[in-house]
Amino acid sequence: MTDHAAKAAAFVADEPRTHWHDQALWFVRLKRDRQAASIPEWEALRTAAASIKAHTLSRLADYLEEFERNAQANGIKVHWARDGAEHNEIVYRILSERGATRLVKSKSMLTEECHLNPYLEARGIEVTDSDLGERIVQLRHEPPSHIVLPAIHLKKEDIGDLFHEKLGTEAGASDPKYLTEAARRHLRERFMAAEVGLTGVNFAIAETGGVVVCTNEGNADMGTGLPPVHIACMGVEKIIPRLEDLGVFTRLLARSATGQPVTTYTSHFHGPVRGGEMHVVIVDNGRSAILGNEVFRRSLSCIRCGACMNTCPVFRRSGGYSYGYTVPGPIGSILAPLREPEKYGTLPFASSLCGSCSDVCPVKIDLHHELYEFRQELVRKKVVPWSKRFGMAVLGFILARPWLYRLAGKLARWIVPRLPRSLTYARYNAWGRQRELPAMPRESFRDLIRKESA
Amino acid sequence: MSSRDTILNALRRNAPPLSPAPRMPEGITYPDPEKQFAAAFTSVGGEFVRVPDYATLNVELDKLPYYTNAHRIVSLVEGVGTPNVALDSIQDPHALEGVDLAIIPGEFGVAENGAVWIPGSALGSQRAVYVISEHLVLVVAADRLVSNMHQAYERVKIERPGFGLFISGPSKTADIEQALVIGAHGPRSCTLYMVGP
Repeated sequence: MTDHAAKAAAFVADEPRTHWHDQALWFVRLKRDRQAASIPEWEALRTAAASIKAHTLSRLADYLEEFERNAQANGIKVHWARDGAEHNEIVYRILSERGATRLVKSKSMLTEECHLNPYLEARGIEVTDSDLGERIVQLRHEPPSHIVLPAIHLKKEDIGDLFHEKLGTEAGASDPKYLTEAARRHLRERFMAAEVGLTGVNFAIAETGGVVVCTNEGNADMGTGLPPVHIACMGVEKIIPRLEDLGVFTRLLARSATGQPVTTYTSHFHGPVRGGEMHVVIVDNGRSAILGNEVFRRSLSCIRCGACMNTCPVFRRSGGYSYGYTVPGPIGSILAPLREPEKYGTLPFASSLCGSCSDVCPVKIDLHHELYEFRQELVRKKVVPWSKRFGMAVLGFILARPWLYRLAGKLARWIVPRLPRSLTYARYNAWGRQRELPAMPRESFRDLIRKESA
Repeated sequence: MSSRDTILNALRRNAPPLSPAPRMPEGITYPDPEKQFAAAFTSVGGEFVRVPDYATLNVELDKLPYYTNAHRIVSLVEGVGTPNVALDSIQDPHALEGVDLAIIPGEFGVAENGAVWIPGSALGSQRAVYVISEHLVLVVAADRLVSNMHQAYERVKIERPGFGLFISGPSKTADIEQALVIGAHGPRSCTLYMVGP
C-alpha cells in the first residue's frame, strides 16, 4: 500500500530542496501560460481536443482496426497485448528471434508501466534509455519522478556525482552543458551499437496507419534511424482518427508540457527504414476496463503532457515518488487507484481539489471532479482507513443537526483551551502537526451576529 | 480467442455511446507570416537567414563557421554548398556518423512555431541524416509558409510507406535542472535559409 502522506513527509523533510522543486515546476507552468496566451483560439483548441478524444473513445475498436489495416499496408507488423506480461513477451520475442541483445529506447511511459526493462535485462538484453532524464534515473536505478521531466527531483550536483561515477566525468563538475555533452558521447556509442530501437507513441493515426513520436533531443530519431528494427509500443488510447487531428494535438502538446511552441522533432513513422522492419505493439493492460467506467473513462483522453503535475500544489511539494506509481500527479491519482484501489487508495486524497489541474489540462479532463468522485467511491468501498471514515461519520451526524452543532461548538470553546497541549496536539490530530490551532473565541459567530443585530 | 479479438471485443463492449466527431477550430493567421516564422524559429534556438536567391545563399553559407569548418558535408539541395559525402553511396546509416553538416530542403514552414516539414523522400536513402549530423542547414522557399498547424496538415502528404517530420530548431534538452542545453543527441545548430525575392 502506497501512503502518499508518509512518502511526502520524507520528501518535504528537506525544506530548501522542496522549495526548489516547487519553483522548478512552477517555472515550467509559467512557460506554459505564456505559450497558451500566444494562441487566441487556445480554449477552442482544448475543446476540439477533448471532443476528438471523446469521439475516438466511443469508436476505439473501429479505429484500431482501421489503424491495423493501414499500418499493415505500410509494411508495419502489428501485435496485440492484453497485459504488460504479453507486451514484454512480444518485445522480447522480436529481439530474440533476431539474435539482438542491445536495445536503445526513447521515452515510453507504457514500457515503464509494463516494467519492460527489468524483464529484458533478466534475459540478457542490454537496455539503454536514451532520453537524458531517463538515462539519468536509469543509471541511478530509479523510475522517472515525472512523465515529461524524469529527473526533475535531482539537482545538477547529484547528476555530476552520478556521471563522475558512471561516465567518468570530472569529480565535482556539475555544469549542465558539460554533463549533457558527456551523456551525448556516451549515448552516441549506445545508438551506434544498438540492434533494435524502441519508442513510445504520442499519436497513432487510424487513417494513415502510422505513428507520431515527439521529442526535443532527437533520441527517438537516432534510435529509429540507425538500427534496422523499430518497435513502437502504444496503449490502445493513443489512436486518433485522422491526420488533420494532429493539427490540434501538436499545437497543444508541447505548449502544455514544457511551454514550447512545438517539440523540436515531430516524427511521423509510416514504415520501416530501408531494408529494415517496423513493429507496433498495441497494449490494453486494463484500459478496456477503464473505458467501461462511466465516471472515469475520460482519464483515457490523457496525452501525457504533465501539465497537471507542474501546476499541482501537492505534486510540486511532494515529488513524483510520493505517488508510488508510473504516472504521478493528479492524472496518476486517478489512473493508479482505477487499477488497484487498495494499493493506491490514498492518492485521490493527495489533492487540495483546487482545480488548477482541470484548468490546464489540454484535453479538458475534469481531474479535480474525478478525484473528488474517487474519494467517495473509496469511502463506499471502505478502502479509506477506519479512523477517517469514523471521523467523517461523526462529523456528518453533527452537521446534520443544528442543535447538536451549536452544543458541540459551545463545548469545544469551553473544553479545548483547558486541555493539556499533549492531548490537543496528540498524534491523532494530523492538522496540528504543522500548525497551531487558532485561539478559541469566547462566543460563536452566531452569537456575535445576534448581538450585532439586537 | 486471440489477444487482438479479446481486446477489440472488450473495447466494443465497454464503449460509451457514439460521441460526434468535432469541428476543427480556426487557427490563428498572421499578417506577416515570415516575420512570425523568423521570430518563432529564433526562439527555439535556430538561426534565421533571409536570402533573395541561391547564389546569395551560397555566399552566406561561405560565411557560416559550421559550414566552413565542416569536413564531411551532405547536401540534398542541388546547387547549395559543396558536398563531399554522397548519401546514395552509403548502404549502412552508421556510416553517417561523423558527418559535420547536412543541408536539407524543407517543403514548407509553419509561422506559429517555426517548424519545417521535411518529407522522407527529401532525405534521400538515409533518413537518419537530419539527426546524426553535427550541424544542420535547412533551405525553405519564402513563398512556402503557412500560419498554423491546421494549415500545415492540409499540406502534408504522407508517404506510404515512408517517413516525414517537422523540425523546429536544433536538438535540445533541459533535463538537468531545467537548464536549456543545445545539442542533445542531434545537431548542435540549425540554420535556416529562407530563399526568395
